[in-house]
Amino acid sequence: MSGGSNAPVPYMERTRQYYRAMGYDKDYVWAHNEDAPFTPLKKPLAESRVALITTASDKSQTNIDAKGVRHVWAGPTTPPPDALFTMNTAWDKESTHTDDRESFLPIETMQAFAREGRIGGLTDHFFGTPTVYSHRMTMQRHAPEILERVQADGADVAVLSPL
Amino acid sequence: MSLVARHLEANGIPTVVVGSARDIVEYCGAPRFVFLDFPLGNPTGEPWKRDMQRDVVGIALDTLENASEPMQTVETDFVWPDPEWRGRYNRLTPDIRARLKAEGDARRDKQNAAKAL
Repeated sequence: MSGGSNAPVPYMERTRQYYRAMGYDKDYVWAHNEDAPFTPLKKPLAESRVALITTASDKSQTNIDAKGVRHVWAGPTTPPPDALFTMNTAWDKESTHTDDRESFLPIETMQAFAREGRIGGLTDHFFGTPTVYSHRMTMQRHAPEILERVQADGADVAVLSPL
Repeated sequence: MSLVARHLEANGIPTVVVGSARDIVEYCGAPRFVFLDFPLGNPTGEPWKRDMQRDVVGIALDTLENASEPMQTVETDFVWPDPEWRGRYNRLTPDIRARLKAEGDARRDKQNAAKAL
């Protein structure tokens, strides 16, 4: 672990070592792909509606059920929420904070770009997706739910900003 | 989150992921990725720095427009003010190791007790 190096932080390795230190002998297996799907823009950004997607939870945690399980959720972009609940995700709580919602979910920044004509607009909602252990849960439940909601809001493109 | 981006992209919605966990996002294969070398938590810029946030979001929009193939990470040159941040996340000192081992043992005891019911 080198504090002085400018190399990107090796998050996978640090997380492996962290859970081994907790006494878990089976390492987490991150999703891995050698290639990726790719869809070019269908129309200019100035005519495109943008959906924002976050890994944060609703401020009053209405997206978290009685068992503590997080679900896909959405909130209005107008007016934007003043704050979101983030303490259940693994961001660097010693080095920074999430008191400024724009630092992880840039609704007002995007609205300014809409006013200036850089994008066609923002969808009526932003969307929240849980970060979970199971890739299968993400692929079979959360990703399709996000797709459905994003399409229902008429999004042309999506900007995803995980915490 | 990159899996969600891939699903949207495979269903006709262009995406860009903006964030800091470069190794995880690249390993998963996000279609478009803008990398900000910051502590996890502020993927769209330092808190309260509106000019920087606007620049970051602008780069994300540029990437949506300009990328011609998937998995080409766009690096940004923003610098986090505290140079010591890299060593901090999930660091393991002897004290922390002892605490984590105790936490892990407690969690396993609880899980085993639940299974025994």
